[in-house]
Amino acid sequence: MEEPGFIVHHKGDSLGVVVVEDVKAGQKLSGWIMDSNETMELTAAADIPLGHKVALVQLRKGDTVLKYGNDVGRAVEDIGVGGYVHFHNIKSKRW
Amino acid sequence: MKHDSFLGYRRANGRAGIRNYVLILPVDDISNAACEGVANNVHGTMALPHSYGRLQYGEDLDLHFRTIIGCGANPNVAAVLVIGIEPGWTQRVVDGIAATGKPVRGLHIEGKGELATIAEGCRVAQEFVQYATELQRERIPIEDLWVATKCGESDTTSGIASCPAVGNLIDKLDARGITSCFGETTEITGGEKLCASRAANPEAAAKFMKVFQAYQDEVMRFKVDDLSDSQPSKGNKAGGLSTIEEKAFGNLQKIGEKARYIDVLAPAQAPTRGPGLYFMDTSSAAAECLPLQAAAGFVLHLFPTGQGNVVGNPIMPTIKLTANPRTARVMKEHIDLDVSDVLRRKMTISEAGDALIDMAVRTSNGRLTTAETLRHREFAMTKLYRSA
Repeated sequence: MEEPGFIVHHKGDSLGVVVVEDVKAGQKLSGWIMDSNETMELTAAADIPLGHKVALVQLRKGDTVLKYGNDVGRAVEDIGVGGYVHFHNIKSKRW
Repeated sequence: MKHDSFLGYRRANGRAGIRNYVLILPVDDISNAACEGVANNVHGTMALPHSYGRLQYGEDLDLHFRTIIGCGANPNVAAVLVIGIEPGWTQRVVDGIAATGKPVRGLHIEGKGELATIAEGCRVAQEFVQYATELQRERIPIEDLWVATKCGESDTTSGIASCPAVGNLIDKLDARGITSCFGETTEITGGEKLCASRAANPEAAAKFMKVFQAYQDEVMRFKVDDLSDSQPSKGNKAGGLSTIEEKAFGNLQKIGEKARYIDVLAPAQAPTRGPGLYFMDTSSAAAECLPLQAAAGFVLHLFPTGQGNVVGNPIMPTIKLTANPRTARVMKEHIDLDVSDVLRRKMTISEAGDALIDMAVRTSNGRLTTAETLRHREFAMTKLYRSA
């Protein structure tokens, strides 16, 4: 496979990590799911910086967000597939 | 495995060091100047200035002594000159270090002044340097290496590749019988159940949950907001980490998949249950955590970073690795190992772990880390409460 545009840690995670620089809205990205060694395709719905996250599934406000196969917080607004995910739209359930 | 030994210094107590420091160790903050005076005059010595050591009491005083004595006792140290303001606590530190069998002397400043103390200290330090510089490295089995880990300025690449590379090393070397340590109690928030499940026995799991909850209670008592400016840090968020839970699961990648911790250590407490992985109750701030691990006797540190934490430790060489391609490029002088090829699918986690083992052995053999070459010697004492 070519070098991935984003990486998913666990199959079933809600989020992938963009691993190339300067991803723009509308850009097609290929993804690599590390634990199952599968690939997937996605179109970015926003500009996403290196290391920041892209939604792999539609998230509704209040939904639990999964990464590493675990609960890493909740969505505080609706986020569409390919959307930019960060602390503006997901929050910790702790502290 | 390619590496089954390293070239180190075998100490009188049987432990193995990878550096050969002559330490000029202040008991208290007001003896820093005398220690620096000696270190400035005698080539081959290193002063270890710090901020505390006066009017402390109870558990906080115990931790102070454990930290100071532990640093002097660390196998990376060949000999120690201890300087304090008065003889009582100075002798307590000397006696603690002397238990290792290494050369140690104590001097105190009251009654003769700092200049006379420095002059006498220089003569002692000169003898110690000439003793230490005749010691030779010898071949030592890899299982005698004591390795600690902590991550800093983490980002999403830390959880994908640099922390898993450390975890792969821990899995491979734990099976060989090394002694290793991780910590960062509050940074496991959200992943505490997973961490508890990685204990080798129910006692260790219960001890972990106890120290975890105590630290949570402390944060809940003092916090004034949701910690969104502190944990995750500004750097973490710039690197794409959004929540403490996300950071926690990335952090825990450092203990690999197979290794189980056999005990939970108090801050700066040396392991007593033999080879294996240990959890230590520590702060998640690098300059606070690393001195506690060095004081417990760990001689080498593995430090994955995402955005580029530049920390080092005076006693325990600190290997930095990153999987962030931009950090590897623009902060090259702080990075010992670049594993960003994992992100490009040109390197597996196992290959990254092997590359880290190779760098760990080369560093143990004497290669200076980037942090050592840049003289990074951050040393923040952990203080439990105000002095009396």
